[in-house]
Amino acid sequence: MIKLLSDFNAGDRGIITAVRGEGKIRRRLFDMGVTPGAELIMRKKAPLGDPIEITIRGYELTLRKAEAACVEVEI
Amino acid sequence: MKTFALAGNPNCGKTTLFNALTGATAHVGNWPGVTVDKREGVYKGGNENVNIVDLPGIYSLSPYTPEEVISRNYILGEHPYGIINIVDATNLERNLYLTTQLLEIDVPVIVALNMMDEVEKSGDKIDAKSLENALGVPVVEISALKSKGIKQLMDRAVAMSAERKGTTVLKGVLDKQLETACAFYEAAGIKSSLFHAVKLLENDELELERKGAKQAFEEAVAGEDLEAVIADERYKYISSNLAFIKVKKAGKGVLTKSDRIDRVLTHRIWAIPIFIVILFCIFHITFSEDFLYIGAWAGIGGGLPALDDLELSEGLAAFVGIFYDGAVFSPGVILFNIFDTIFGLITDGIGGAIQTEWLSGLVADGILGGLFAVLGFLPQILLLFLFFSILEDTGYMARIAFVLDRIFRRFGLSGRAFMPMIMGFGCSVPAMINTRTLADEKERTATVRVIPFFSCGAKLPILVAIAGGIVTYFRVGNADLITYGMYILGVCSAIVCVLLMRNTTLKGETPPFIMELPAYHLPGFKNLMLHLWDKTKHFVKKAFTIIFASTVIIWLLSHLSWNWHYIPDEEMQNSILASIGMLVQPVFTPLGFGSQIGTFGWVFAVAALTGLIAKENVIATFGTLGACLISMGAAITGNADAILADEEGVTAAIAMIEATGISIPALIAFIAFNMTTIPCFAACATAKAELPEGKFKLTVLLWLLSSYIISAAVYTIGSWWWTLFIWLAVVAVVTTFIVLRNLGKFDILAIFKRKKKGEE
Repeated sequence: MIKLLSDFNAGDRGIITAVRGEGKIRRRLFDMGVTPGAELIMRKKAPLGDPIEITIRGYELTLRKAEAACVEVEI
Repeated sequence: MKTFALAGNPNCGKTTLFNALTGATAHVGNWPGVTVDKREGVYKGGNENVNIVDLPGIYSLSPYTPEEVISRNYILGEHPYGIINIVDATNLERNLYLTTQLLEIDVPVIVALNMMDEVEKSGDKIDAKSLENALGVPVVEISALKSKGIKQLMDRAVAMSAERKGTTVLKGVLDKQLETACAFYEAAGIKSSLFHAVKLLENDELELERKGAKQAFEEAVAGEDLEAVIADERYKYISSNLAFIKVKKAGKGVLTKSDRIDRVLTHRIWAIPIFIVILFCIFHITFSEDFLYIGAWAGIGGGLPALDDLELSEGLAAFVGIFYDGAVFSPGVILFNIFDTIFGLITDGIGGAIQTEWLSGLVADGILGGLFAVLGFLPQILLLFLFFSILEDTGYMARIAFVLDRIFRRFGLSGRAFMPMIMGFGCSVPAMINTRTLADEKERTATVRVIPFFSCGAKLPILVAIAGGIVTYFRVGNADLITYGMYILGVCSAIVCVLLMRNTTLKGETPPFIMELPAYHLPGFKNLMLHLWDKTKHFVKKAFTIIFASTVIIWLLSHLSWNWHYIPDEEMQNSILASIGMLVQPVFTPLGFGSQIGTFGWVFAVAALTGLIAKENVIATFGTLGACLISMGAAITGNADAILADEEGVTAAIAMIEATGISIPALIAFIAFNMTTIPCFAACATAKAELPEGKFKLTVLLWLLSSYIISAAVYTIGSWWWTLFIWLAVVAVVTTFIVLRNLGKFDILAIFKRKKKGEE
């Protein structure tokens, strides 16, 4: 099932199928290792619900829900 | 001398390696056109001296952050002899992503595998030899923190041959496309054609600017989305081809140390309270005059005696006064007092030695006094810096941004903007320098501009004196309440200003927030000290140049009459500064401390002017001016000695209130004006250095305008409550106008144009 990263709950994991969004954000996501085929785990939400923290390629990355909505994940 | 560029991800130990390599030879400058530190130094540990340039920490060579553009332009344009690519061995996958890009450039590369000790500690193994064979460039294991492997690294770096042809991990995947793109660059005679070709296939902004590149791009790419393919291929190469290099110990623990710390520090409920406590401790240690509240606790019992009641000899009292006065001072205040005492002795000594009165005044009060007023803050500025560097180096600052981002996004800022702003409550200088951690230029400009609104430590005495004066003289209100109210007013002004700027002059989308949360680690002592030393040099240099010059000018203005005669403090009313004060006095009429407060009203204008040197000068000026007023024959109940003896300035404030008959709203407007107007010269100089070129003049204008409007609002609403509705109406109109304009429904320029056409 394909789910947007922004809809993830803490503890969910999956494999990225596509990264959308406009040039700058997409490029940045690629550079930080958010590429199709990568496995990620959603760690937690910030105390105020946004941004979120994920583990990807062995490190911790934080991004806003708006940016996470560009990432499609197969769970 | 060979020059090597140091490149690597943020938080990979690059600064530590740079410090280990260059030691005391390092110096900090700026990269041209941007406020990003450029550090350079010389490595002297080998057979030949080597020049080291520290590139900013980057994840990639895409042109989307200033740091990436700087690094890319430096490597491609300045042709260093080689690149030392420092790689965090605990996070190989993402770190090698940058390496795969660096290898595409026609330049010798050597990989420094850092933090190998931590990898071994966790039980993993990395085979450096295999990595070297796979990458085709030298790989050396080092520990930057323990200065291990550095000599070996540099020996091999220097021994690299000067020529190296770029290689790519995309071979066998995009051969055809690369060939087409490479041909374009080779035909144009551009070096590192492979690097440029790959970037072109990535649809890179900078490459597409080149003449004919668009065509070559379309020809090579043929409508495919290669950006994702290339990023994916790089990671695929790293994870599949290099898998054998890293041998993971089986059954690794689920939670690392970092995870455990994170569970507490970014906890759903506790994160924000913990943060507030940490912040409070920092300010308490730096600025509190009642350390650990010992004085207050003792106050429940009999209380501790004040310094004057101890009946010590004069010398001993001066010494004890550094540490204690009815309460124990915090380390920050003690440091401040030590500096203050030493400076006082120097000033008195030199001033006393000069017999000529005007010369003694100029040297002691003008030159030394002004200089020391600024330098006196150095200990507290450095202490603040130290704490915030520790927060940054440990990785906690990134967590704060993570926790608070939600709030700041509403104002078009990111969570990172919070730190510099809160530092503003201590001192604007370190706060403004700290804005360098903000990636977006507009965000940085907006933040620097509102930092003075976060009332700094030196502005507190103004609040205390005037609030004290109001409460004592008019017998109304509560001094603490007035003070807190003014702090809140400052914060509100900052919020309004940011919103205004982000919707008008600094419009732009909220910068993306895609950030690494680095693993927690202890900060290195050497790094911290070198960092503080940099800041000290910077600040002292500024104190001796721009700040120094402005301070002397203000002193001259306040101690010279129009016919160039020296005027002692008590006759300040005859000085040039006083006449300027009288001249500009009417300007302050809408703020309540202008023409309506009569002939003695100029004192408020002069006090505000001297605040430019350092805000606590305002209170010292109050004392002088209070004494002046008496000699001018104003009806004041106090006497000159009492006014000058009261260091808090309350007596002087009362004298000024008596002489001018100023109203309460006007006094509060005066505080508001001082709090939000142009900050001291030290902060101005810092703002000029930190703002993008050409933004400083507008910033000064903004400070003047905002303080004028805020004070006018305070005065009118305080005097006539119904004016509140007029102000609200004005705010509503302005807001509607901006909103409509941003929606594109209302264009004032278009209306003017239409009018013009109509007239024609």
